[in-house]
Amino acid sequence: MIAAILARLEGCRTVAVGASSPLPAAAAMIAQARYGTRALLLGDRRRDRFGDGGRELFDAAAQGRIDAFFLSGGQIDGQANVNLLGLGTYPSLHRRFPGSFGSAFLAFVVPRLILFREEHTLRTTPARVDAISAPGTSAAGVYRPGGPVALVTGRAVLAFHRERARFRLSSTHPGETAASVRAATGFDYDEPPAVPETPLLTDDERELLRGEVARDLAATYPGFARELADGVASRGAG
Amino acid sequence: MLQPSVERLVAGIAPGSLVAVPRDYAGVAMTATHALVAAGAHGLRLLAVPTSGLQTDVLVGAGCVDELEAAGITVGEAGGGPRVFDAVARGALRLRDTTCPAVHAALQATEKGIPFIPLRGLLGSDVLRGRDDWQVVPNPFADDEDPIVLLPALRPDVALFHAPRADREGNVWIGRQRELATMAHAAGRTLVTVEEVVEGDLFADEATAAGALSSLYVTDIAVAPGGARPLGCQDLYAPDHEAIARYARAARTAEGFAAWLAEAAPLSPAAP
Repeated sequence: MIAAILARLEGCRTVAVGASSPLPAAAAMIAQARYGTRALLLGDRRRDRFGDGGRELFDAAAQGRIDAFFLSGGQIDGQANVNLLGLGTYPSLHRRFPGSFGSAFLAFVVPRLILFREEHTLRTTPARVDAISAPGTSAAGVYRPGGPVALVTGRAVLAFHRERARFRLSSTHPGETAASVRAATGFDYDEPPAVPETPLLTDDERELLRGEVARDLAATYPGFARELADGVASRGAG
Repeated sequence: MLQPSVERLVAGIAPGSLVAVPRDYAGVAMTATHALVAAGAHGLRLLAVPTSGLQTDVLVGAGCVDELEAAGITVGEAGGGPRVFDAVARGALRLRDTTCPAVHAALQATEKGIPFIPLRGLLGSDVLRGRDDWQVVPNPFADDEDPIVLLPALRPDVALFHAPRADREGNVWIGRQRELATMAHAAGRTLVTVEEVVEGDLFADEATAAGALSSLYVTDIAVAPGGARPLGCQDLYAPDHEAIARYARAARTAEGFAAWLAEAAPLSPAAP
């Protein structure tokens, strides 16, 4: 997943990563080391380059300064609607997720919103989410310079096409096929005739991940950093 | 201004008060939280600025809270708040969903003395659909319709947080946690626990002045060494992830929560 996320950061000057996002954090830090992308890891005292407190990420995003951000969700559907609220019929949710955090705003103003979800199953990819924290698209006339561009999961990468409000399968990870991804996905999406395999990290990206990146992430994600250093994170290194 | 104890600091927080509390790594007054529980505080309306975790879960678990407004609740890595979600499911807690920048903006409206403030985004989100107090209007300065959301100003009765230090004049060092200043500007009263009171004047040196919250906005202070634990306090001590994870496991059940509370705060009336 890290390689897939990293590929989507190409050309970004500034990337912000929220809390509880070790995989995007790892990708952002490789981008910083390799390409000079500015990686802002919120909650990490050294890498959180904001001086104005918790609101600054949102203000900076509104100013158009955040090129890419990451968003995960309990459910993500075929129109790229993200559900961080819970299951049921809003507002009567029989099971609650942690909450929308800044998604109801950031999804509108970050040009490259990268959705990610390690678990790729029918339950995480329904045809329609139970509740919408962040809508995938907006009607014409609604101010929306940003939005989702891709969904990276533990099985595949799907590109989101805003005009069609629909995903298209970009690549399948090693060990997966177009058919296995289709079988695990609850929503409908487009598929090209030939689906390539998701490229893996290069040797020196892998080197960075195990060394410098693992060390830098150790304070915020101790368990994850250990996995990276041990080279155990094959799930992440793909 | 300087109170003799944390208990005296929180004594005036009346039932029905709208209490603004910061997110987990901005300076959470956990000692004050235990004091609130021990004092039998009830009927509180919490405003998470803009998310909360351990503090809110403990207050809800101890029966202190009627209403909660938050953009997210996350105790430890797993996320979510076991006591919060349990109380919501039982109908014992009214939870109002919001999104982070909406909380900041609504407090900034009060900070500016204006009745409402617009915010981009939100359109098409169930967060907006669930709010009968937010309005959608056409942008009066645009040529086309350009719908935009208006948020009413939020004015907490009390802002409660923990900070590294204060000086004898009552100026509080908050560093980069500028949302604490917005909370203090917007709140009727601001109550702060600090690791220590220092001699000297935080405004005497530009370096310390840059991170200081003026005593103009601070109502009362009490000294509470380790007052944010097991959460962290800036560069003084890091969050104790083990302890937070232990809480998250214990708080899955009411009995586990009560046992945790008894150990963490033996004088609490909520303890068995």
